[in-house]
Amino acid sequence: MELMEMTAARLGEEIQAGTITAVQAAEAALNRIKEKDKELNCFITVEEEAALEKAAAVQKKIESGELSGPLAGVPIAVKDNICTEGLRTTCASAMLNDFVPPYSAEAVKKLEKAGMVIIGKTNMDEFAMGSTTETSFFGPTRNPWDLERVPGGSSGGSCAAVAAGECSCALGSDTGGSIRQPSSFCGVTGLKPTYGTVSRYGLIAYGSSLDQIGPIARDVTDCALLLEAIASHDKKDSTSMPREEYDFSSALQKDVKGLKIGIPRDYFGEGLDPEVAEAVRKAADILKEHGACVEEFDLSLVEYAIPAYYVIASAEASSNLARFDGVKYGYRTQEFEGLHDMYKKSRSEGFGEEVKRRIMLGSFVLSSGYYDAYYLKALRTKALIRKAFDRAFEKYDVILGPAAPSTAPRLGDSLKDPLKMYLGDVYTVSANLAGLPGICLPCGLDGKGLPIGLQLLGDCFQEKKILRAAYTYECVRGQFYQPESSRKEGGVRL
Amino acid sequence: MSRQYETVIGLEVHVELATQTKIFCACSTAFGGEPNTHTCPVCTGMPGALPVLNKKVVEYAMAVGLATNCKITRHCKFDRKNYFYPDNPQNYQISQLYAPICRNGYVEIETESGSKKIGIHEIHMEEDAGKLIHDEWEDCSLVDYNRSGVPLIEIVSEPDMRSAEEVIAYLDKLRLIIQYLGASDCRLQEGSMRADVNLSVREAGAREFGTRTEMKNLNSFKAIARAIEGERARQIELLEEGKQVVQETRRWDDNKEASHAMRSKEDARDYRYFPEPDLPPVDISEEWIEEVRSRQPELRTEKLLRYQKEFGIPQYDAELLTESRKMAELFEAAAAICGNPKKVSNWLMVDTMRLLKENGQEPEELNISPEYLAKLVELTDSGAINSSVARKVFRHIFYENMDPEKYIEEKGLKTVNDESALRETIKRILEENPKSVSDYRNGKEKALGFLVGQTMKEMKGKANPEMVNRILKELLQ
Repeated sequence: MELMEMTAARLGEEIQAGTITAVQAAEAALNRIKEKDKELNCFITVEEEAALEKAAAVQKKIESGELSGPLAGVPIAVKDNICTEGLRTTCASAMLNDFVPPYSAEAVKKLEKAGMVIIGKTNMDEFAMGSTTETSFFGPTRNPWDLERVPGGSSGGSCAAVAAGECSCALGSDTGGSIRQPSSFCGVTGLKPTYGTVSRYGLIAYGSSLDQIGPIARDVTDCALLLEAIASHDKKDSTSMPREEYDFSSALQKDVKGLKIGIPRDYFGEGLDPEVAEAVRKAADILKEHGACVEEFDLSLVEYAIPAYYVIASAEASSNLARFDGVKYGYRTQEFEGLHDMYKKSRSEGFGEEVKRRIMLGSFVLSSGYYDAYYLKALRTKALIRKAFDRAFEKYDVILGPAAPSTAPRLGDSLKDPLKMYLGDVYTVSANLAGLPGICLPCGLDGKGLPIGLQLLGDCFQEKKILRAAYTYECVRGQFYQPESSRKEGGVRL
Repeated sequence: MSRQYETVIGLEVHVELATQTKIFCACSTAFGGEPNTHTCPVCTGMPGALPVLNKKVVEYAMAVGLATNCKITRHCKFDRKNYFYPDNPQNYQISQLYAPICRNGYVEIETESGSKKIGIHEIHMEEDAGKLIHDEWEDCSLVDYNRSGVPLIEIVSEPDMRSAEEVIAYLDKLRLIIQYLGASDCRLQEGSMRADVNLSVREAGAREFGTRTEMKNLNSFKAIARAIEGERARQIELLEEGKQVVQETRRWDDNKEASHAMRSKEDARDYRYFPEPDLPPVDISEEWIEEVRSRQPELRTEKLLRYQKEFGIPQYDAELLTESRKMAELFEAAAAICGNPKKVSNWLMVDTMRLLKENGQEPEELNISPEYLAKLVELTDSGAINSSVARKVFRHIFYENMDPEKYIEEKGLKTVNDESALRETIKRILEENPKSVSDYRNGKEKALGFLVGQTMKEMKGKANPEMVNRILKELLQ
């Protein structure tokens, strides 16, 4: 088996067994990046030498027995909105083109503690605002399944890199679906943890009350292992929550007997691609065959999630992004007269269209005279959505549905109609509004040969339930093909 | 001026809290470090940095709230106040708008017309900004973030004050309460206490408030008093001319004794306040409130009464002694050691006050060990040193915090109580000054003073003055 076809867990095992070294693993990833990334553009920054040095240092520690975890020596890619000390972190924006953070995000420190080797920083929608990875200052990432299509977003670089085998796993961030939707489009497995599970310290904020870092990998096992590595109660993040346990891999059991799964009827209405609907229902049938109790129910309020999300996320973003002003770091315009001119020009030139659109939207909804009508109403809607989920989780362990209404669209199609693009987040945003954990994993290909994603949502802190359901489904489904091999063999039949 | 006007004043007082570390990070709050040395990713607004609330700030804010009869908000929240300015690294300030920590309190002030309650609308916690330094030569501005994130409380009064006198009394009351709590040193000049004055005038007897202005940049009590008089006169003049007062923020220039408009209500900023998503609400339990309440030290008003009752100190003296927490603590400690509160009070009221005034110092700057002051009292009481020596010794205690016993021994200043030796010296002096002796005997009382002086000079000031007097009179008879 080729190194880059291995899962992170398998790579880790081989490294522990001494059959390969951390350096060889890093080299394999770097070679694959060299080979494919000109075409795909998954990475913004790759520092080959630094990565190899790091791999060599980790290898020494593995040999001395200092590092013995399941992921020690495994290369990983990190989304470019997560700070890495000494390694350029751009948020895919001209604004931070030259920004080298003086500190690492807590999640990055946890990866390093686990002995993982960061091979590079992945492309994304600028400041994580977008659903296609087309708003990046560094150009769009292409979907490895079809180069004319988008990988989804905003963690499109991380998902496409994993799908293309440029790395076995990556970190993404999810504010309204930014891990789950690109995972769906790229045919990989991505998990958004319960809000407060992974420290946000060092994650460059988009919507602070919604942002969460999570793992992206080729299977459920890797996601569970990675989550174990990065989850922590961090005192530097006041919204970080202490959890009773940080063991997730014990949930990896092929057993859903008695697990109660609810399917929101409201998710299968207008706008959902019939092929996606069919694949998702088939996945539900599989779980039912293996002993889960599956039934449909009315979740309600589904149509209110998108407006509430865009109001809250934009409001927080308008404030979070105020710090990028040309004064302290980042882009500053060349010529200006006085402070206000410097502010205006630096921000007008440094931010892209989508970011400016959301800053303006967010500033508007917070303005006096509009605050009550928009922002406050959105907060109330958020609370109601949370209640709707509370009621649902009184009856069900897991909520099952699609991750996106369609498979990956063509490059350029989405940005023509931003409102339509926003509506594409209908299945993912409510998990962020309610703080819930969600996992997306591939459940088939459509007629065009593009992957379809299955989403499982759990109640807060119930990652283990969705992991168990996902793992069981995955065991039945079998290994999901990678883009190239799938094309050869005509995809997965379910 | 034919009509009578009433001035209506409310204050917004910012107080820098005396915590060791900043409100949202572990950086030092120490004043005077090299620029940008007390900084970290949090207080310089680096991307991805997050605030963590300093618990001590909450406790100080609660303590001030309790001491000013406020209701503590059990579920208090932080909000973001958005505005662009380079001294504010995130371009928003974390403050409290919707659920401030304290509400609905009051303090009682004393003025010549009696006592009066001044309402406190709210007290909220917030972070201070950095400092801009404009370099005129290089035509650029520099920013120092050492002060960025230093904790502040803002105390917002009700519009209950009617004169500069009441304003000063209110500020002084707040200052004393906060100093006694140890929550801040409250120095106006150094900016650890800053007051903005909201002022309007209305015709006497009117029910509606007039249009108010807000006055900023007031750095001393005197400046505040002058600014109030100036603004009152300006507003009345406008009204008398049939013009209207414009709601605006004005900046006081104490050198020119005049103010100018900074911005009007129309260009008032829209701060786009919203709940701070990076900080969960602070839940304050009844137990926590009680714990803070139980740690509350004796405040000035209580001390004032106790000094009069317990030590028999006159009210005026007690007021002076309790004017600063430092002075009161020194007094109590020294009095407890030597058991002579009146004498200790004397040293503080007379010599200490005089030296402070001479040096332009505040009582807070005193550096006197109560043990030494107590020892000085004991040494004079026992007659070991006389009062003129004691004065001299006290100066050394005041300036160098010197052990009086050690100083006296080193300099050989102990009073000579050996009567026979003194008698010999006096005999010699009388022989050397026959003119004075005869003058005295002829009824010139003044001559005695000269002889006493000569004796003390001969004894290098160490003689017991009573003994000198007694022996002189005896030998002159």
